[in-house]
Amino acid sequence: MSEESTFTLDGRKVPFRDGQTIMAAALAAGVYIPHLCFNPEFPPHGSCRVCLVKVNGRMQASCTAPAMAGQVVQSETEEIREIRRGILQMLFVEGNHVCPACEKSGACQLQAVAYYVGMLAPHYTHFYPRRPVDASHPDALLDFNRCILCELCVRASRDVDGKNVFAVQGRGIKAHLVVNTPSGKLGATDFSLSDKAAQVCPTGTILSKHSGYEIPIGQRLYDRKPINVVGDVAALAVSKGGRRHD
Amino acid sequence: MMESSALIQTIRDIVQRHNKMPTRLLQILREVQDSLTWLSAEAINAVAGELGISPDKVRSVATFYSFLYTEPHGSYDILFSDNITDRMLGNRELLHYLSERLGVEINSTRKDGLVSVGTTSCTGMCDQGPAALVNGYALTRLTKPRLDRIVGLVNAKTPLEQWPREFFEVVSHIHRADILLGRHFADGAALRAVLKRGPDAIVEEMVKSGLRGQGGAGFKSAAKWISCRNAPGEVKYVVCNADEGEPGTFKDRVLMQDFADLVFEGMTVCGRVIGARQGFVYLRGEYRYMVDALKATLQSRREAGLLGEAILGDPGFSFDIDIHLGAGAYVCGEESALIESLEGKHGVPRIRPPFPTTHGYLNQPTVVNNVETFASAAKIAVQGGDWFASRGTAESKGTKLLSLSGDCERPGIYEYPFGVTVRQVLEDCGAKNPQGIQMAGPAGHMISEKLFDRRICFEDLATGGSFMVFDHSRDILDGIRNFAHFFVHESCGFCTPCRVGTSLMRDLVDKVHTGHGTRADLEEMRKLGQIMRVGSHCGLGQTAPNPVLDSLDQFPESYERRLRSTAFEPAFDMNAALEQARWLTGRTDPDAYLDEEILQGAMP
Ligand SMILES: Cc1cc2nc3c(=O)[nH]c(=O)nc-3n(C[C@H](O)[C@H](O)[C@H](O)COP(=O)(O)O)c2cc1C
Ligand code: SF4
Ligand code: SF4
Ligand code: FES
Ligand code: FES
Repeated sequence: MSEESTFTLDGRKVPFRDGQTIMAAALAAGVYIPHLCFNPEFPPHGSCRVCLVKVNGRMQASCTAPAMAGQVVQSETEEIREIRRGILQMLFVEGNHVCPACEKSGACQLQAVAYYVGMLAPHYTHFYPRRPVDASHPDALLDFNRCILCELCVRASRDVDGKNVFAVQGRGIKAHLVVNTPSGKLGATDFSLSDKAAQVCPTGTILSKHSGYEIPIGQRLYDRKPINVVGDVAALAVSKGGRRHD
Repeated sequence: MMESSALIQTIRDIVQRHNKMPTRLLQILREVQDSLTWLSAEAINAVAGELGISPDKVRSVATFYSFLYTEPHGSYDILFSDNITDRMLGNRELLHYLSERLGVEINSTRKDGLVSVGTTSCTGMCDQGPAALVNGYALTRLTKPRLDRIVGLVNAKTPLEQWPREFFEVVSHIHRADILLGRHFADGAALRAVLKRGPDAIVEEMVKSGLRGQGGAGFKSAAKWISCRNAPGEVKYVVCNADEGEPGTFKDRVLMQDFADLVFEGMTVCGRVIGARQGFVYLRGEYRYMVDALKATLQSRREAGLLGEAILGDPGFSFDIDIHLGAGAYVCGEESALIESLEGKHGVPRIRPPFPTTHGYLNQPTVVNNVETFASAAKIAVQGGDWFASRGTAESKGTKLLSLSGDCERPGIYEYPFGVTVRQVLEDCGAKNPQGIQMAGPAGHMISEKLFDRRICFEDLATGGSFMVFDHSRDILDGIRNFAHFFVHESCGFCTPCRVGTSLMRDLVDKVHTGHGTRADLEEMRKLGQIMRVGSHCGLGQTAPNPVLDSLDQFPESYERRLRSTAFEPAFDMNAALEQARWLTGRTDPDAYLDEEILQGAMP
């Protein structure tokens, strides 16, 4: 490995290819940087900001920042953990996340990342937005209360499934996920549980209707080992407690 | 509502006029709304069908811009400019007066569908407020008698063209002119200079001039032009950023209204230098009143051989300019969001790098400069870089247009060489008893009296031009609260720290403002502000906490005198408790639980 093609991440040398982001290079080197809107199968989005790292003293999103030779990158410092914690807390109060009542609990990337950054309570005042649930589809349930606007389902449905089922509309705090039909109902689309879009949600927004609580609490994906060890729920096969089709 | 077939025909005609180009989507939606008063699902689907794009693309645009409506809306749409300087001039009283006289609640539409009344972010008429927009056209110097007449005109359904012209009069108050505003400029002089001396010589003059971006960030303009010039790409673009959304700024309005030729000439010089044939002016929606005049100016330049094909008879020099109108989105002043908007999309800032100089409009190399930057460039092309650089300071050459408003006797435009002190400006504009300045708009910095000897230049106090004066009779916290609400309204919603953080910050400021804050809340503001500052995706979220963070340092007493107890944090959180109540009682207005009257009554 030549000197030009590495940067240091928390003191460790990480190699990279030209055009790789810090996140992609870290992932390839087996170093975990927490993330939510990033999924290695898609181009980076840069919206959740959970993956912030300090690059030569400046905070940047590691999923969009190009890796460059000799960069000094910090990730696991208390300063950065505190900022990530704050961002997670924002995501929790913005929606309605009642984890004990959520089928995704224990296998939810949002929850797992929250634990990973040491978030113990939502801290901020809850917004309690009113977001109706959509149960119109025969096989899938949409609980918008848990959506964090990562747009992974939007991207998967549009770019992989070629169906364009989801979209984000509105501005600012009013931005919200919608289903692209005149009625706004999922039941009116050709969405299917085998779609890529059904496998990428890092939260419990898009759920399968007929299977619930098959894996008991306590034995779920992140119940025993943290996300930096287990990996993303969307990257793991269903047989391993993930969402990806075998 | 129009018959279905008539609606389709109307939309078809509009889309045809824009050559069925999806990049014109925002312009198309503006025109459709002008005809139909709001964008129904049927209208949105028809636009999508005519353009051959998916309806959700159209809807994402229609729901992003605050001047586009996807709910039924009045044929007369009256929006009061609600910047702090409008408030200083008593706009709230006028707003309530008008809503009462018209019989329509604020932020809603009258039952007969004739008129809607609401508020909007600063409309750039700060030196002649209180201001409003009616169907997007600026109304200035509002008074109760004037509103009485407006009520009559609305109720009589008088078309806007028949309203008295003086209601729409926009005056350019230029109180101090220097090299940019003061010297005569012969149309075509800069173009003749570039033809005679060649683009390389002009680049050299730009380098010598030291000109820095006048939009506020201060990037060296020559470096930007050179980078775009050297970027690979057959087709390149020049974009003039006339979005001027920073509350308290109105210098670009004056330049576009009185010096449009100078600005267009600067753009054309840039086109020649970088090798572009097409330019765009992105004009904020609030300035739609000047569109016809600007188009006429462009036309007369074409006729004079200063624009279009074979400029000044040189077959190798072709460049034209198109005007795009925004629709109420401050974030579209950010250059990459502006480009998205120019492409007909909603204005979410792009991931940078790559930068517009290599990947801009339609992913082609693009120079985006502020209005004032282009005007300065035109002068530099004629007078030379040394001439320009003889003004200003070591790192900030030339002059700066300041937009003065708030508590001063002579609000308006002041052109100073860089390096002028805040104190000098305050003296010149007749500010009696100033307590503080909001410099460079809400995203800028709050300056207290102790700092009045600081200099306006990139080495010290950088500014895009907004300069709002608060005298000692004002409560600084009123301003801070106004700015906190502004950022909630203007966040694009893409990234977490800004989308959620602006709302959290507003709630904290409101809490302190209504006398319910504690010392812990001030600490909370600092922490939250830090997350927004370092974590946000674009400059909007990164600067949104500035007014709070600055004023906590500069005006701690404004906060402290409102704290409930400076020492302890009550276990009972009124804010949170009332929010539950709001949820139960079904009050949907976002600020119900912070309603001042309710809180005042509830206070011990
Ligand atoms: C939220 C936001 C709003 C902005 N608004 C404007 C604006 O209204 N006008 C402007 O010229 N620049 C604005 N800018 C700066 C532009 O991104 C860009 O730097 C500028 O247009 C470049 O031109 P200049 O180098 O000539 O200043 C804004 C930036 C941000 C982050
Ligand atoms: S539904 Fe899930 S995948 Fe889609 S935007 Fe929301 S959180 Fe992301
Ligand atoms: S900081 Fe984020 S949410 Fe705010 S305007 Fe920029 S991109 Fe949008
Ligand atoms: S993972 Fe990088 S911003 Fe979301
Ligand atoms: S228009 Fe009223 S302050 Fe800007």
